[in-house]
Amino acid sequence: MDNIKLEIDGKEVKAYETMTILQAARLAGIEIPTLCYNDKLAPYGGCRLCLVELASDNRTRLVASCVYPVQEGQVVKTDSEKLMKIRRMLLELILPLSPTGPVLALAEKYGLKTSRFSAEQSDCVLCGLCVRYCDEVKKANAVGFTGRGIDRKAAYLPDVASRVCSACRECWTLCPSGKVALETDGACFPKPDWEK
Amino acid sequence: MSRLNSSAELEKYREKVLEKRDPNRSRISICAGTGCLALGVRDVIGAFKEEIKKLHLESIVDVKENGCPGFCEQGPIVVIYPQGICYLKVGVKDVPEIISQTIQENRLVEHLLYRDEKTGERIVQESEIPFYKNQKRILLDNNRLIDPQDINDYIALGGYSALARVLFELGPDKTLEAIKRAGLRGRGGGGFPTWQKWETTRRAPGDPKYLIVNADEGDPGAFMNRSLLEGNPHSVLEGLIIGAYVVGAPEGYIYVRQEYPLAVQNIGIAIEQARKLGLLGTNIMGSGFDFDVRVHRGAGAFVSGESSALMSAIEGRVGEPKPKYIHTAVSGINEKPSVLNNVETWANIPLIINKGADWFNKIGGESNAGTKIFALVGKINSSGLVEVPLGTPLRKIVFDIGGGVAGEHRLKAVQIGGPSGGCLPESLLDMPVDFDALSKIGLMMGSGGIIAMDETTCMVDIARYFVNFLSQESCGKCIPCREGLRQMLRILNDICTGKGKRGDLEALEEIAETMRYASLCALGTTAANPVLSTLKYFRDEYQAHIEERSCPAGVCKSLIAYYIDPQKCQACLICARKCPVNAIDGEKDRVHIIDQEKCNKCGTCFEVCPSRFKAVVKLSKGPAPAAVSGESRIIARKR
Repeated sequence: MDNIKLEIDGKEVKAYETMTILQAARLAGIEIPTLCYNDKLAPYGGCRLCLVELASDNRTRLVASCVYPVQEGQVVKTDSEKLMKIRRMLLELILPLSPTGPVLALAEKYGLKTSRFSAEQSDCVLCGLCVRYCDEVKKANAVGFTGRGIDRKAAYLPDVASRVCSACRECWTLCPSGKVALETDGACFPKPDWEK
Repeated sequence: MSRLNSSAELEKYREKVLEKRDPNRSRISICAGTGCLALGVRDVIGAFKEEIKKLHLESIVDVKENGCPGFCEQGPIVVIYPQGICYLKVGVKDVPEIISQTIQENRLVEHLLYRDEKTGERIVQESEIPFYKNQKRILLDNNRLIDPQDINDYIALGGYSALARVLFELGPDKTLEAIKRAGLRGRGGGGFPTWQKWETTRRAPGDPKYLIVNADEGDPGAFMNRSLLEGNPHSVLEGLIIGAYVVGAPEGYIYVRQEYPLAVQNIGIAIEQARKLGLLGTNIMGSGFDFDVRVHRGAGAFVSGESSALMSAIEGRVGEPKPKYIHTAVSGINEKPSVLNNVETWANIPLIINKGADWFNKIGGESNAGTKIFALVGKINSSGLVEVPLGTPLRKIVFDIGGGVAGEHRLKAVQIGGPSGGCLPESLLDMPVDFDALSKIGLMMGSGGIIAMDETTCMVDIARYFVNFLSQESCGKCIPCREGLRQMLRILNDICTGKGKRGDLEALEEIAETMRYASLCALGTTAANPVLSTLKYFRDEYQAHIEERSCPAGVCKSLIAYYIDPQKCQACLICARKCPVNAIDGEKDRVHIIDQEKCNKCGTCFEVCPSRFKAVVKLSKGPAPAAVSGESRIIARKR
């Protein structure tokens, strides 16, 4: 039963009470960009692209729609000038890390062709999809985060990866920059027999 | 020690402790806090004990270790009771003199007393020293009277009577009401009303409820929580037990940094001793109330001080903030209601119960009741721990208590609020330091670090220092914080090395705005403060770096240059000999010159050039003028 009514971008939207704002919006055909969201995984709140404006007590606040639950009578905006500006800046910040593929496509959608910033191209925006999928869905933990702050990296644990990855490879398609496929193909662990 | 099973038994126990103590007996009280330990107080304590043994004075004098009184810069600190004579910077060599003069002859050792810089007058009593005199030490004062490893010292000063009162007289409702009326706000920096947090957790569904002491103090230069936990652990523990009773929590955690070994040790001993006396554990003081506490040692991540990250760490996971739309007071450890308060907040609780909400509320300013402990450091005469009523103007803290700026330079700025705090210019020093005044100008109280900076501090370099710190200490989970800090650091590095360009400042401001609005946790939303506050108050300094390629404070090595004034050089050879990279060419009667190619700008020549010559000049902007050569280098001297 659709038992909750809320307003998103001026449109009345129905949702189940267990839904997040993001889920309700997508169900209603309203697009909110995401990089770290996957409906098989617990919401992560890392990419911040899904921020929306929520009206509360005469002011608005920004919340991550991927974790924020729907509530009766909520008034949500997903396309304000402030949000556009934030999304553009977030994309401009990660574009040097991953200057092609889905990140570039998303950046272009927000009117961004190049970035003012430079950084070592790592082809990884640290969305954590591979890490979390391997943990939550596969329970294998063959890939994890190392380091902190600007030194944070996602890395395969050779010991585990060599045992489990070649038979799985499910994270390959999740990676928004194609790095996983690129890096794991023979680099971290041996190719499966049938590919040799 | 046997269990105390009622309020009356506690009082009886206290009387017994006091009976054994003679207030008129000579006592040598020595600070055994971390600051004094680093200054070698262990040896001083050993020397006192040895000297007393040698002279067979055990029957007339005791040696006692106590908590940190806060004047760390002047340590090791030794106070002789009952007179209250305060000796500073005491070394092993001073011990025989103190024993023979003060203990045996009741005479003062003049040269160890505090000397007032202005009047030259010596001050005998600790409480008369300006550093202490201008403070209001309701939390820190007992540190000097307590051996933190002896529960009897705390009990002798009225310890655990607040707990007895709460358990047997007030009950949870009246206690909560007292905390509310006192107006206590969270000392970790947020300033959230403490009673409200307690009330939320108390009413929230879910069992068990948890209580946590946040002692993950990680700000560079800050040590107020450390000092309380090391010096008076029972005050924190008593506050926690009272909170547990109000909230109805059976279990608590003390989250303390592994890097604070003495705090870990002392709180551990305190917990043991409190358990033995029945003040902690099952059936506390015979009241039927059960509560126990565990020490969780943090692995040293700054971000783990954030509430959701800290609770993740206690659960045994990576200390990383979680996106939250429900307060941890409702869903914290294991998704159960959890109260997280700072060390200093907890230590205030017994005081409020003992002395009353009205007493507490009268200290401090409007909606900012009580005191706050600050770690006052930097280019200042008297640094250390400072406790003042909230709302005290910064100027009073820096000048009346801290004694103003050390050396010949003037005060330029004060950094307040920890790494994500901000820098205030001298002109704003009359601002009261309280939660609301600081947040009004976009800054925050933080846990209480104050760093005084003089004119030799480059504000761009300072911003870079804090951004670098945060870029290492952010967890790296969300894009705005991680990538924002990465780019800010790159831009600031460029500006400091003469590679700044037009548009950099606007880019910094744009990044800052996104970080503030979009970051996942408070580390990220405040991480741009060091940049924003310096841009706001010291923008001209940024512009000088970018447009003129000069560092007005003479700090950024890529921009500055050292030069020897040929008119002033007396060819004394001192700088040439001290230069670590042999960049100075000089001999007798020849003007010395610096090889700018070789110079690493360490500033040694500038420091060692005799003040009567002042021939070495620091230029805020390179390159240095061409050096003199040939005949003109010869110095003609009057014979």
